Amino acid sequence: MATQPAGTSQEHGGLRLAGEADPDLAGEGAGEGQPTAGVGPYRLALRRLRRNHVALAFGVIFLLVVAVSAAAPLYSRYIAHTGPNDNHITETITVSGHSENVVSTTGIPIGPTWHSRFFFGADQNGRDVAVRLLYGGRASLEIGLLAAVITTVLATIVGTTAGYFRGAVDGILARVMDVIWAYPPLLLGIALGTSLALGGLKFGPLTIRGNSLFIPALIIGFVYVPWVGKPIRGQVLSLREREFIDAARTQGMGHVRIMTSEVLPNLGSTIVVFIPLIIANAILLEAALSFLGAGVQPPNPSWGTMIGEGLQLLTAAPHLVLVPGLTLVLAVVGINVFGDGVRDALDPRAQVRLQH
Amino acid sequence: MGRFAVRRVASMVLVLFAITVLTFLIFQKIPNGDPALRLAGRTASPENIASVRHTWGLDRPIWDQYLITMQKVFTGSVISYTQRINVIDQIRRGLPATVSLAVGAGVIWLFWGIVLGMVSAVKAGRFSDRALAVLSLTGISTPVFVVGAILLYVLAFLLPIFPNGGYVPITQDPFQWFWHLVLPWLTLSVLFIGFYSRVLRSTMLDTMGDDYVRTARAKGLSERRVLVRHVLRTSLIPIVSLWGLDFAAVIGGGAIITETVFNLQGVGQYAAQSIQSLDVPPVLVIVMFAAFAVVLLAALIDILYAYLDPRIRLSG
Repeated sequence: MATQPAGTSQEHGGLRLAGEADPDLAGEGAGEGQPTAGVGPYRLALRRLRRNHVALAFGVIFLLVVAVSAAAPLYSRYIAHTGPNDNHITETITVSGHSENVVSTTGIPIGPTWHSRFFFGADQNGRDVAVRLLYGGRASLEIGLLAAVITTVLATIVGTTAGYFRGAVDGILARVMDVIWAYPPLLLGIALGTSLALGGLKFGPLTIRGNSLFIPALIIGFVYVPWVGKPIRGQVLSLREREFIDAARTQGMGHVRIMTSEVLPNLGSTIVVFIPLIIANAILLEAALSFLGAGVQPPNPSWGTMIGEGLQLLTAAPHLVLVPGLTLVLAVVGINVFGDGVRDALDPRAQVRLQH
Repeated sequence: MGRFAVRRVASMVLVLFAITVLTFLIFQKIPNGDPALRLAGRTASPENIASVRHTWGLDRPIWDQYLITMQKVFTGSVISYTQRINVIDQIRRGLPATVSLAVGAGVIWLFWGIVLGMVSAVKAGRFSDRALAVLSLTGISTPVFVVGAILLYVLAFLLPIFPNGGYVPITQDPFQWFWHLVLPWLTLSVLFIGFYSRVLRSTMLDTMGDDYVRTARAKGLSERRVLVRHVLRTSLIPIVSLWGLDFAAVIGGGAIITETVFNLQGVGQYAAQSIQSLDVPPVLVIVMFAAFAVVLLAALIDILYAYLDPRIRLSG
């Protein structure tokens, strides 16, 4: 999962980073179990992160929201006994002794009952808000995480290629990123969302239906590419002038090999710092797009669509906005504070900063 | 300097051209949105549709259509599909509300971003810094429509202090204009205040370690003077350039959600309404002008930087 940035898989990259002038030597000198002498930067960062209890606590909050949302089908089947799109508009339920309409005759849905059925109340169509909240969370988080993966992969490829080859390749790729970057993300997202959500996307033999979650994920992933790709390109531009790249070139390594095994490991900490930030922004952009009707398509729930639909009944039934709104804020604050901790841990200067 | 400016402007023109093409293509692809069908009405005969298609130039090759569209955009004669009114007039009508929103919110978020960023930098590592960090991260993490909805619910419904959305022109009643805009200004500022204070904090902390700051302290300047005249002044450069870009985006319709939540009838809300009715021309024009505003300001800022800092124009 993307929220585990300094995991074991990157440890080797970390060791290589420690002795980048001569990667093989560093790799041999500092084995896994060795004491402090050969501790890689990622391991150091992990230690620093472990001491930052606030960041860890907020990271746990985010993981809890993810876990609870992932359990949506269980909640729906065993506790609420209803699906996310099931209408109960004409039904009545018994709350603490007396029966009440799920949706009153004037069209006002019932508020939170704090019981297994309609725990967070109903919406104007008599659907269970708690069930929709969990399913909506699943959609929002899936889109956020998927978009973060798309942005990270595309931005790394584009940024590295542009910075490494410079010249005409860079001219074109950097210009393309400039064009995408020039649009306010929300407006570009809306433009693409309106265009694709209605008709779906045909990509060779591959067809993605308009109401698929892949569409918003693709759009959001695409929109944020320049925001990450431009800094990566800048870093690669300076990395490629370093001695160890010359050394690799004299050894006869090909371009692709140099990019993947020499340049990429050195981008690790930048990418790791960006990942939580992209996830947070992707979740927010998804909510905004769905709120405006250019993201997840109704009747499918997402936090953004729920808030958008609830806004019309804000004064009579504030729970329709507050329940998904506060959950969304909780999840995004969680990943943002955690991401801040990751950055402090990976950026050595952050230590210096805190001593002021 | 002149050469740098010429190169920067040339690349800007290229990007602007690419923006017009990309925006046109995105909206060209809109399905179920065949403009001829929409223009001709529900009960049109095939001949009718064909004639509409011809008079609006929709049967021409795509590059021809692109040229026609751009010509219309720049001469200000774009007509919307659904209401058949001039799009530029409509944007001009929404502009006062959007500009009022952007200017007020821009002042608020710049001021509070600088104040909170300075406090966090001076108190770095202490409790107030950490509290401000969580607070500004919460601001960054809260979507505009959640802030707006909560403010509306609490300050316009539970305690009816402020009006429930809407816009009053300043020429009509300056006080009502102000009163209607207080909540939208606050809503739009929250995100930016959080973001700017974080940026300013880190640039200020970076600057504090610089040699010239040590020199300033060594020659006996008061801490206050060092902070304001030396540290803050340099650290403000990235903030002001960010402010320029964000301000341009808001003017170009980027405050689409704030305008929708508070029903301000500005440019952004016009874009949102046009999207819902799949009315392509207004969205095309607004999206394009928003991107234009950002690109123009970015180029202006780059040239200004190069003017201020010779290292940039000589290396680039």
